[in-house]
Amino acid sequence: MSWRDLLEIAALVVLLAVTVPPLGRYIAAVYGSRADGTAPGDRVFLPVERALYRAMRIDHRREQRWNAYAMSLLAFSLVSLLGLYALLRLQGALPFNPTDRESVSPTGAFNIAVSFVTNTNWQWYSGEVAMSHLTQMFGLAVQNFVSAGVGFAVVIAIVRGITRTHDRSRSLGNFWVDLTRGTLRILLPMSFLFALVLVSQGVVQNLGGGTSVDLVDPAAAEVVGTDTQTIPGGPVASQIAIKDLGTNGGGFYNANSAHPFENPNGLTNLLAMWSLLALPFALVVAFGILIGDRRQARLLGSVMVGMLVVMSAWTVMAETNGNPRLTELGVDQSVSSLQGGGNMEGKEVRFGTTSCAVYAAATTGTSNGSVNCMHDSFTPLGGMAPMLSMMFGEVSPGGIGVGLMGLLVNALLAVFIAGLMIGRTPEYLGKKIQAAEMKLVTLYILAMPAALLGFAAVSMTLDSANTFQPGPHGLSEVLYNYASAANNNGSAFAYQGTGTDWYTVTQGIAMLIGRFGLIIPALAIAGSLAGKPVVPTTSGTLPTHTPLFGALIAGVVVVASGLTFFPALALGPVLEHLSI
Amino acid sequence: MSTAVLEPEPPTPASDAPTERPPKVRTKPSASGSLFDRTIVRAAIGQSFRKLDPRVLARNPVMLIVEVGALLTTVLFVRDLGSSTAQENVFAGLVAAFLWFTVLFANLAEAMAEGRGKAQAATLRATRADTTANVLQPDGSVVARSSAELDIGDRCVVTAGEVIPGDGDVIEGIATVDESAITGESAPVIRESGGDRSAVTGGTRVLSDRIVVQISARPGETFLDRMISLVEGADRQKTPNEIALSILLSGLTIIFLLAVVTLQPFAIYSGAEQPVIVLVALLVCLIPTTIGGLLSAIGIAGMDRLVQRNVLAMSGRAVEAAGDVTTLLLDKTGTITFGSRQAAEFIPVHGVTEATVAEGALVSSLADETPEGRSIVELAVGRYGQVAADEPDAVLVPFTAQTRMSGMDLASGRSVRKGAADSVRRFVQEQGGEVPIELLPIVEQVSNDGATPLVVIDRRPGEAWQVLGVVRLKDTVKPGMRERFDELRSMGIRTVMITGDNPLTAAAIAAEAGVDDFLAEATPEDKMALIKREQAGGNLVAMTGDGTNDAPALAQADVGVAMNTGTQAAKEAGNMVDLDSNPTKLIEIVAVGKQLLMTRGSLTTFSIANDVAKYFAIIPAMFAGALPQLDRLNVMDLASPRTAILSAVVFNALVIIGLVPLALRGVRFRAEAATAVLRRNLLVYGLGGVAVPFVGIKLIDLVISTLGVQ
Repeated sequence: MSWRDLLEIAALVVLLAVTVPPLGRYIAAVYGSRADGTAPGDRVFLPVERALYRAMRIDHRREQRWNAYAMSLLAFSLVSLLGLYALLRLQGALPFNPTDRESVSPTGAFNIAVSFVTNTNWQWYSGEVAMSHLTQMFGLAVQNFVSAGVGFAVVIAIVRGITRTHDRSRSLGNFWVDLTRGTLRILLPMSFLFALVLVSQGVVQNLGGGTSVDLVDPAAAEVVGTDTQTIPGGPVASQIAIKDLGTNGGGFYNANSAHPFENPNGLTNLLAMWSLLALPFALVVAFGILIGDRRQARLLGSVMVGMLVVMSAWTVMAETNGNPRLTELGVDQSVSSLQGGGNMEGKEVRFGTTSCAVYAAATTGTSNGSVNCMHDSFTPLGGMAPMLSMMFGEVSPGGIGVGLMGLLVNALLAVFIAGLMIGRTPEYLGKKIQAAEMKLVTLYILAMPAALLGFAAVSMTLDSANTFQPGPHGLSEVLYNYASAANNNGSAFAYQGTGTDWYTVTQGIAMLIGRFGLIIPALAIAGSLAGKPVVPTTSGTLPTHTPLFGALIAGVVVVASGLTFFPALALGPVLEHLSI
Repeated sequence: MSTAVLEPEPPTPASDAPTERPPKVRTKPSASGSLFDRTIVRAAIGQSFRKLDPRVLARNPVMLIVEVGALLTTVLFVRDLGSSTAQENVFAGLVAAFLWFTVLFANLAEAMAEGRGKAQAATLRATRADTTANVLQPDGSVVARSSAELDIGDRCVVTAGEVIPGDGDVIEGIATVDESAITGESAPVIRESGGDRSAVTGGTRVLSDRIVVQISARPGETFLDRMISLVEGADRQKTPNEIALSILLSGLTIIFLLAVVTLQPFAIYSGAEQPVIVLVALLVCLIPTTIGGLLSAIGIAGMDRLVQRNVLAMSGRAVEAAGDVTTLLLDKTGTITFGSRQAAEFIPVHGVTEATVAEGALVSSLADETPEGRSIVELAVGRYGQVAADEPDAVLVPFTAQTRMSGMDLASGRSVRKGAADSVRRFVQEQGGEVPIELLPIVEQVSNDGATPLVVIDRRPGEAWQVLGVVRLKDTVKPGMRERFDELRSMGIRTVMITGDNPLTAAAIAAEAGVDDFLAEATPEDKMALIKREQAGGNLVAMTGDGTNDAPALAQADVGVAMNTGTQAAKEAGNMVDLDSNPTKLIEIVAVGKQLLMTRGSLTTFSIANDVAKYFAIIPAMFAGALPQLDRLNVMDLASPRTAILSAVVFNALVIIGLVPLALRGVRFRAEAATAVLRRNLLVYGLGGVAVPFVGIKLIDLVISTLGVQ
């Protein structure tokens, strides 16, 4: 690791430490942490919100029972999905298509629509050659905002489930209000500012088609048969800002954040990494404020940080050590001021191995999935780390809302076992965890592995699905890609051709399971908790803010997914590593 | 020295304390047997085969899957018997055999847990034999009828030597009853009409006198019947936490099923297709068979531990609730204190020596047979060296409600009295004597300390009445109570003392006993209100009670323990009955409830932690042939792929048997704060659960490879 890498990591840590707490306080205020019910910026936002509620005929004071809340969320997602699907299918005929992009195939459009509605942003296509500006701005960018807004709503609903007691109606607030406030007051202003910063650093933002320029090297003209080239442009900065902030990850360009128009320099790379992590961590701070117990949030945040640090260190070590076979051949892979060093295959030279590895840990620890290098080219162990981060359920710190939701469900699991071990009916944050909750927790923990392993196993047996590399790396590719879909990540082991009907459809289904198969049980748990009384805290209560309990949560996350995926990983990355 | 003097006297029946508490003699044969009583084990082995019936196993999905796996491997073993090599057959045969053993061992654990209860139920059934009831007719005549034909409201006459035909209340007469059939106590108890000692239980025997019993339970629904079905576990329902845990275990089983089923396509792709037997072996090793196999045994054993303490829980739910209790309501009298006031000190007024007060008090109490009187004699003789001389012609002046004094008129003409402060004072003034001014402060001081003052006065022939001093009568806190309450506090349980005393007295005793709170001048309504208040605050409340007026509170409490000496109403309202009628037992009940949950949680952790080592044994073994690179994962250096898989299967089966004693006895329970308990149990069962199978599988591998399995 060079001093430059260290400086970048140190800057990232400082940036996060400075910005996350105030951001968290702001989010908490948006969701009603102030006693008088006001929130910052009411003068600007309140009229807009009221107008929106009036236009959508929403009674913003009306509370929804947990199932109504969940149904609203599902209905909203379904309408979004159908709208985006229609847009993609019709894009060739719709205006604002300066580059004459064609409409997308039915299965392809299904995959893209699901992908953006579920906050996954899996991209089987190349954005700059497949999407019209209309689709980019009114389809993809809009879903980037609202799918993250749904994440806010989920976490706020869970907060209400925890803080409300004896609520017979089991209401969790109003989905439409939570969605509107999160999108309008948090995501929009932040994205606007962030997009301006990106533009200032050279990220493209225009509404034209491609820019035709003469080739820099006329000699090459003879080889390619033309002396001009078209440089694709478009509304990039506005898309990239929310792509990173909203744990989306869908780039404007196929190369994503490795592309110089999306991520032009070291500063934007640093800011990109910050923007992957800022809101998920800030939500944890907001959670602590809203439930009135910051110690709990501090512990959950520490678990997330701990896992993120371990996975980053793992990836950095694997990637900077490079390929041992090359070392045997006498190739110098050391990191120095003269060269990036390590395993440079698939890396952007501007960023180097360390920055790339940290980015990979951050993008898979959250459910972002934007990349600044190609994960498929990682060393076997280096590639296993981001894969494992996703298999953990993306809880370090996870996608907006859903990451915290995942860690909370793991905390319920930990508290259930720990509670029994101390001789009490388990309780978490004052609520008893009983059969009803455990049923939902079990459903929750089953959904993602079922989608991941199930589709991956079938893919390995289908000749038509065999679009991956031979050997253990092929298995790694399939595992990674379904892990990405089932956890709504969106990053890829991109060698594998995933544009076939089999993959577009099954990954679409995996994304739906990984999104709604987890959110609905989580909301049901929240509803069930809202109906319960609070158990008073005594010295017989298991304290859930201690390092011991933090270790237990991390242990549950690691052991549960480790036991589930060990056989598959053994035949994929582990075997590949041992075969080098 | 002083504590020796304050040895408790058996309270008289007139006091409000529970009476019969003779030394504990356990006569139940089954309770005295060791954990592995030979007859129980023998019966359990038979039972474990009968429980192989899939209809029985369906209650336990984890073990049902093991049985299906065992069946499958057996079929495959038989099918390939001819076409396989000897080594392959040995391997397949042993895997199949140990999968069957896994199910059998789990069945055995459950059967052993049930065995003790079954033996007990058999003993109880013997006492339920059909008896003849002498039913009193409205006209006064008596008709003999079978006890099986009794109806609620029937009045039966029972005389000495006869067995009481059914549950009911004594409505006439008083008798001594031998209840050893139910309680195991050989000493007879007194049952009389009216009051809180009127309940009698069918199947117990009247030893003396004649009583009339009004039947309150239909034949087949009597206490004895309920007790039999309870100890037998015939209608055992899964408790709430057990259900929640079962759901989680089923979920884990599905996940592992998924991991194993999807492994085959991955293996085929990698060029290492697996035999079905190996996949079944892997699945059985991964699913939580250890806890799955022991879960019901743990529950049954938990109930049984209560029965051994002579407590009958009407449901497993109540036992679990006991572990969650956060507020304990304890009656002062008989539970926290001995229930009788004991003389603790003699306080002289000005100009009188302590010895004089002691002598006066002694003389006044020579013929006093109340516990207070006797304690005064003991204190005067024991601590103040007074001699209890015979006073041949002394006349006893008994206590009356009017005078509120008692004493002696001696032959010498001397008179001594002791009594309540205000009565004595008034008496002295009326008689023309003088009351020293410092008497009032002394009396008040004693009252404020929670004790009762008795004033002693004396009159020599020809003189006026003279006040000697004050006897301090104190209700004595049982030794060791403070420590127990400290323990409870460390477990997060608040104790609230319930007493009819005035707030001052109550506060003093509460402070001495170390309880967290008290309810003074408590009426049944106050008690009820307190329970509801605690529950509204989210607390789980446990209490004991015996009287009919306790019944509503017993029903309202989350854990209501009725004393067996209590009324029928109380016994029906509570969800547990303490056959020893020992209110302090509530504390043990809480411990049993906690231990039950701890055992489940610890073995679940152990079971899941075991999987790590099993993966390291089986995965490299599965792929040793086709993918030799994976042999680097064979960290235990097991002899061969087949011994590795077999060792894991054998370990998986043996660990169930190895943990049966722990499941039946429960994990070690200590009164500690939650964090300390968690840390220890995580260390022992979490880390231990990771480490033990590495050692165990390696050892088994050494043994079976030495035996020639390759």
